[in-house]
Formats: sequence, C-alpha cells, structure tokens
Amino acid sequence: MGHLGSGGWRRLLLLPALWSIGLAYAQSPGDAAFLSVLGELRDATYSDKAVIAERLSQTGHRSVRAVLTALMEDRLCYRNSDQKILIVQSADKDPAELIDPLTLKSAGSAPADSLAKIGTNNALRHTVRTVVAHFALSSPDPAVRLEAVRDMLRSLDEPTVALLRERLAVETNAGVKREIGNVLALATLDGSDAKARLEAVATLSHSVSQDVRNRLALLLDKSPDGSFVETDENVRRAAAAAVATIDQWRSFYSGIETLFFGLSLGSVLVLIAFGLAITFGVMGVINMAHGELMMLGAYTTYAVQMAMPGHIGLSILAAIPAAFVVAGLVGVAMERTIIQHLYGRPLETLLATFGVSLVLQQAVRSIFSAQNRSVVTPDWMSGSLQLNGALAITYNRLYTVIFTLIVFLILLAVLKRTRIGLDIRAVAQNRVMAKAMGIRTEWVDAMTFGLGSGIAGVAGVALSQLTNVGPNLGQSYIIDSFMVVVFGGVGNLWGALIGGMSMGIVNKLLEPYAGAVLAKILVLVGLILFIQTRPRGLFPQAGRAGEDK
Amino acid sequence: MDYSRKPAARARISKLLEFWNGIASRDRGGARLLAVLAAVAIASPILNQVVPPSSGLHLSAFGITLIGKYLCFGMLALAIDLIWGYCGILSLGHAAFFSLGGYAMGMYLMRQIGPRGVYGNPVLPDFMVFLNWKSLPWFWYGFNHFPFALVMIGLAPGLLALVFGWLAFRSRVTGVYFSIITQALTYALMLGFFRNDMGFGGNNGFTDFKDILGFDLHSDGTHVVLLVVTAVALAASYLACRLIVESRAGRVMCAIRDAESRTRFLGYPVESYKLWLFVFSAVVAGIAGALYVPQIGIINPSEFAPINSIEAVIWVAVGGRGTLYGAIVGAVVVNYAKTYLTGAFPEVWLYALGALFVLVTLFLPSGITGLQPAWRKNK
Repeated sequence: MGHLGSGGWRRLLLLPALWSIGLAYAQSPGDAAFLSVLGELRDATYSDKAVIAERLSQTGHRSVRAVLTALMEDRLCYRNSDQKILIVQSADKDPAELIDPLTLKSAGSAPADSLAKIGTNNALRHTVRTVVAHFALSSPDPAVRLEAVRDMLRSLDEPTVALLRERLAVETNAGVKREIGNVLALATLDGSDAKARLEAVATLSHSVSQDVRNRLALLLDKSPDGSFVETDENVRRAAAAAVATIDQWRSFYSGIETLFFGLSLGSVLVLIAFGLAITFGVMGVINMAHGELMMLGAYTTYAVQMAMPGHIGLSILAAIPAAFVVAGLVGVAMERTIIQHLYGRPLETLLATFGVSLVLQQAVRSIFSAQNRSVVTPDWMSGSLQLNGALAITYNRLYTVIFTLIVFLILLAVLKRTRIGLDIRAVAQNRVMAKAMGIRTEWVDAMTFGLGSGIAGVAGVALSQLTNVGPNLGQSYIIDSFMVVVFGGVGNLWGALIGGMSMGIVNKLLEPYAGAVLAKILVLVGLILFIQTRPRGLFPQAGRAGEDK
Repeated sequence: MDYSRKPAARARISKLLEFWNGIASRDRGGARLLAVLAAVAIASPILNQVVPPSSGLHLSAFGITLIGKYLCFGMLALAIDLIWGYCGILSLGHAAFFSLGGYAMGMYLMRQIGPRGVYGNPVLPDFMVFLNWKSLPWFWYGFNHFPFALVMIGLAPGLLALVFGWLAFRSRVTGVYFSIITQALTYALMLGFFRNDMGFGGNNGFTDFKDILGFDLHSDGTHVVLLVVTAVALAASYLACRLIVESRAGRVMCAIRDAESRTRFLGYPVESYKLWLFVFSAVVAGIAGALYVPQIGIINPSEFAPINSIEAVIWVAVGGRGTLYGAIVGAVVVNYAKTYLTGAFPEVWLYALGALFVLVTLFLPSGITGLQPAWRKNK
C-alpha cells in the first residue's frame, strides 16, 4: 500500500525537480560566442574593454552579470599557463578560489601569482556598471530585474536614475514597476522640490523595505545645529506617518513569518506524530523506538544519496519510498518478534521497544560511525521565496509543510478508502468482532505497525533536510511528538494534525519572549495543565477503544 | 524513656515486634538483603582501612565509591518498585527526583567550598562569579546550613511530586499517559537546568566539592563513612517501604494496581493513596540522589536525561518487580554489568542493555529474583 500511496506525491514533487535539473544542465546556444568575446578582454585597452563589455552584454548570456561585476571589482583574471579567463572568489586571497565564468561553478583553486588580473580604471568601472544595470534591467526574468533594481538602490546616481526612468516606461511586471517607483522616489527625496518630495514620501509609504524605512526616518533627524534635515514641515509630517505605517506592516509581516515558522515546526511534529497516532492510537502500542525508525529513514536518505551522487534532487524523491520500505520492514519485524507477544501489556511494550531503540541507535553507530552525516539539500529546496521586502519563506520549510499535508491526505485516503484501512479500523474498534468477521487480525496488526513505522521513515526523510543526521536524531523529537499525540487525542489523524500545528505555533510565538528552551518548557507545562481539563486530548476517541482497560 | 513503667507502651512495642517477626518470616529475600547490607557496612571499612593496600583483599577507594554508587542506584530502584510494583504507576521521570535531591546536596557542598574556589569569592560559587552575578539568588539562601539542606533534600522532590502528582492523578492520567508526561517532566527539567540563568551552574552543574560537615571529601575515610551511611539509609528505606507495603494501605495500593476502577467504586480514595505513595517514593529517590552526589563528586543536568529514568526502570524489571529487594538486586547487577562492559567492550553496552530490555520483558516477567523460587519449586 506504501507504493500506491507514494506514487501520487512523487509525481507532484517531480515537477520542480525536473525543472531545476533542466536549468542546471541546459547549454545556452551563445556559449561559444560569449567565450570568444570574453577572450578579447585579455589584452584590450581600457577603451576597448568598454566596447567589449557592451558586446558581452549583447550576447545575453546568463553569466554576463557575474563576469562584468567581477571585472568591476577587480576579480576577473586569466591563468598564465593556458590563458583561460576565470573569476576569483575574493580579490586578495592566496591561493585564490576560482570560479568558471561559463558555468559559475567552482573551478578549484590556484596560487595567486599564477593568475594575471584584467585591469580596470574608474572610467571603465563607471561604464561597466551602467552596462550591467542595463543588462539586468532588460533581462526577460522579472526576478532578475527586481534584484537589479534593488541593487541600484545602494548606488543611486544620475545615469542610473535616467536608466530607471527609461525602464519604467516599458516595464510590464507590476512588482518591478513598483520597485522602480520606490527607487525613483528615494532619489527624489534628495531633490530640492518640496512638492515632489511630499509625493515621493507618499509613494514610499506603501513599501515595507527596511532600507526605505531607514531613509524616511532620516528625514525626521535634526542636524547638529538643531534645525531639521528636512526643511519642509509637511514632508516631515508625512514622513513620520509613513514610518509608522511601514513599521506596522513590518510587524504584521513578521507575525506572519512567526506563524509560518510555527507551522513548519508543527508540521515536523505532525509528521512524526502520524506514525505514533497509528501505532499508539490504533493499536494501543507505545513505540519508544519510533524516533529510531525516523532515524533509519534519515539514514536511508543518506544512503540513497550516496548511491546516486549525480542526482541530488532525484535522490530525495527516491528516498521517500525507500525510507518507507526500510522503516516499515523493521517495524513489521519488530511487531512479529516482540510486540505481538506483549499486546494488552502497554508498560512492558514500552520497555521492550525502548530496548529496540537502544539497539538500533548502536547499530547505526557501528555501521555509519557516531559522527553526523550530511545529507545534501537539492537546489530546489534551498534558498527562500521572497514575497516582499519584509517577508521571505525558506523553501525547505515550505516544502515540509506541503509534504506533511500530502502525507496527511494519503494516510486519510488509505485509512478511509482502502480495504486495508477498513480492516485496520475494524480491528482497532473491536478486535474480537473483526476476527469473527474473518479478518486476519494478526496480519492486520503487522501491517498497521508496518504502516506506522513506514510513516516514521518518511518523516525521517523530511528531517534529514532540516537537521543533522546522527544516531541521536530520533531522541530529540520523540518526546515532543508524544506530547502532540497526547494533546491531539490518540488514534486520530486530525488530532495529530491540529495538535502538532498548534503546538508548533505556540512554541514559536513564545520563543521571542521566553527564548527557545523556556518556550519548550512552557509548552510542556501548558500541556500538563491542558490535560487537566481534557484528559483525552482535543479529539477524544469514542467508543470501546477509548475506555479504560 | 523507661518503657517498663508503661504497660501500654510495652504492649505496643511487643505488638510491633510481632509484626516484624511476621514480616521477617514472610520476607526471606528482604532478610537476606538486610544481612548483605550489614555485611557491606561492616566489611568495607575494614577491607579499606585495616587491610593493607599490598594485600589482595584490600578494597580500593575506587571500589568504595563504586559500591556506594550501586547502593544509591539501588535506593532509586527501590523507590520505583514501590510505586510500579505495588501501585502500577510507571514513572519514567524518577531520575528527576533523584537529581533534585542531588542538586540540593550539591548546593550545600558548593556553599561549603567558601573562599577556596578558583575565584576565591567567599559567598558566590565559581560559576556565579564567572557569569558576573553580584549577589546570591534567593533560592540559595540557607544552603550553607546542613540541616536546611537536609530538609530541602526531601522537600524539593517531595513538593514537585506533590504538585505534579496532584495534577496528574486528579484528572485520572493513568498508565502509559502518566509514563509519557513524567518523561516530559524530566525532559523539561533537564532543559531548564541546562540554562545558565537558572542559577544551578548550567551545563557544568556543580563539581569540585571540598568537604562535607568539615570532613575532607578527597579522603578515603570520608568515603567509607558515606558508604556506611548509604547502606544504613538503604536498609532504613527498605524497611519503611516494606512497612508501607505490609500495612492496610499497602493492600489498598495492590488493589489499585490490579483493578483501579473497582477499588474506587468500593469507596477508597484512590487518588490520595496514589499521591502520597508517589510523594514518598520521590522523597526516597531524592535522598538517594543526595547520597550519590558527595560520593561521585559531580551533579549536572544530564542526570535529568529521560534515558536515566528508563534505565532505572529496567533495573527494577531485571531484579523482579513487586518484591522491593529484587529492585535493589537488579540495580546492583545491571550497574555492575554496565561498569564492566563499558570498560571492556564499550560498543557492546548499548546492545546488551537493549537486549536486556527486550529479553526481560519477553521471557523474565518476574525478574532474576523470581527465578529462584520457581527453580526450588521444580525440585
């Protein structure tokens, strides 16, 4: 049933993976042209170099910006031995870290004296800067244009302002348009026309960027002789109002960010708690080795990645079913050899599974050593989604939240819509009756435990992207997730989902005031107080299974 | 007091003696345990102090500390067996009470260092000077007096158990739920004690103690005395636990263990029985921790780690749950195996411990002390 389930999300997640691989390996047709123009830079005069820079930008190659920026910053070199042009990571390091100008990937390192610098002067830098700005502004990708505009914010001079004005007229993307408007408004603030300044402040009050806020706050300052920097009182008043508005929006967005952090922490807990909800809730088995099954999932991710070194993005997706199978099989083995002899004796089960957890931990130490293993994050999961000047969402957290929801839907479908799900629920509600109806309860037990364990393995794949993979991985989350199950109510996927998300959010909301550790303690204490009023959690299990044994 | 003039008192004493004789005849394991403890308390000082180091029978200072440590663990196991074996309460956080007792003793020992610390501050312990604290926090007041420290050794774990147990038992948190929240309790305490601004030495805890009640903690003599005190304390707490178990209240507790709802319906206040037993058990664990710290010479937050509590539970399971003396035997045996294995084959220890958990629960439900009568019966 695991394969049935995993197919859906695999297809869904495959899209961004293929897209990123396509980006990384596509060879632009202009590579050769770009390289030949680049080669001319070696022994050109300063005035020739300006022309060459212009021609480079006309090739439209994606490395143009990086190469020209390197030229401006004195970081463009050629190697004496083979005359190949290279970018160095930082201008005065020896040995220099090299970057290939074509692929922008690392190209090893070389002693500084084996490289010759391609010289620049101020006039050339000035020209090149305009070329770069122009190039970036006319890029077909709005994200590149946006970044270019933001870059210009830092070095505003007349040619750039002129360039931006020109661009504003033809720009089609609303986001870029707004950003250009902001930058132009910032430029206007330095002007002498009070009315234009007032308008500029009004435009800027819609921004949420920290730079804009600081620039507006400067208008309210006094110069050393006691007079205001900004002479016009109306502009001052408008600026004060604008700063207040921006602050308000920024705190609103930081609230959303906290909420999102809480959701992503919560979704990790939820992912772990799903497995527990199945083994603990449906079967009444406390599986103390749950954390270690998760750890197995994380190590499976590591192993799969080792097995397919060239395909980091794909390996993560391949690891999901692999981890499900590995952890699931270990779970089934545990159920067959140990747990099935201990049904109805929850405290003994707890101790025996704890023993298993110790053995699994030590086994991983023996096989992979006690050191943490690093699982590489694929490109499409690193970085962040910049929503606006004040709010950025990191991709790995975003994908974790989405992944959790997908797992939730699949589990819900398996439990509610499939034959095995029906059997699982039947055995959970009334074992004897289910048996009388011809359900092979022992087999269902093994499958249920395997399902719960497999989900733990899948949670391990997600965790491998968020924390270090080591033998202690399981222990650090397991207590929290037991709390989630107790909070949400046992045997209830909805309980685990709502419980985990709200615990994650509360944790993150408390963190700024109390610090990470104290927040955790407060949540635990709060939980102990919570079960005073609702001893069976948010969603208590109804019927026989929920009663005292 | 002259008892001969008070017939009522004499009658009471003879009744008590009769009660004891009754227990002793029924509790052969306990009688043997007390005999062994007496032998340890008498033989260890002789083997360490009188027998010369050249002799093969000489007991080293290391050996004395090791035996002392085992006995402290035995006391912790005893506390767990009292609630688990006789009342069905499985606490996975008992090491928290043990550590709290240890911290109370540690605070006294820290104050005793006085101006002999690295920074030479007569009032503030080294770590507070290091953290730039100017005055002693209020909760450190009084710990320079030994009697106050003694009271706190019982009070700190006792109060925590009272509050926590009241909350838990009142809302009828039982079985595995109780186990999980006790585990969360010790985990939360561990996180808390790791914080520097809690005022308990943070990460490093307390160490580098100098003396206790004026006796040098680095001398063999002090350690021998501490060992004897531990043996006596263990014997006393064993007797106290036995008394509780054999009393009327003990019977009610067994009834709660076997059929909690039925006992409640019969009109017994189940919650208060559980609560007071839990508090008593926590105090015993606290005393064990307090005896542990001066002998080992260090206490830090890792003592609160959930695994310590679970390990203590397995000592009880190995020795035999619901026997009291079995818990002590289990603690000594498992810890001796741990000392040996972590020294000889470090990577094997966790495998062995894990296998022990599994095998004992599957094949040895009444522990190693449960083996012997069965073997005799077969004969």
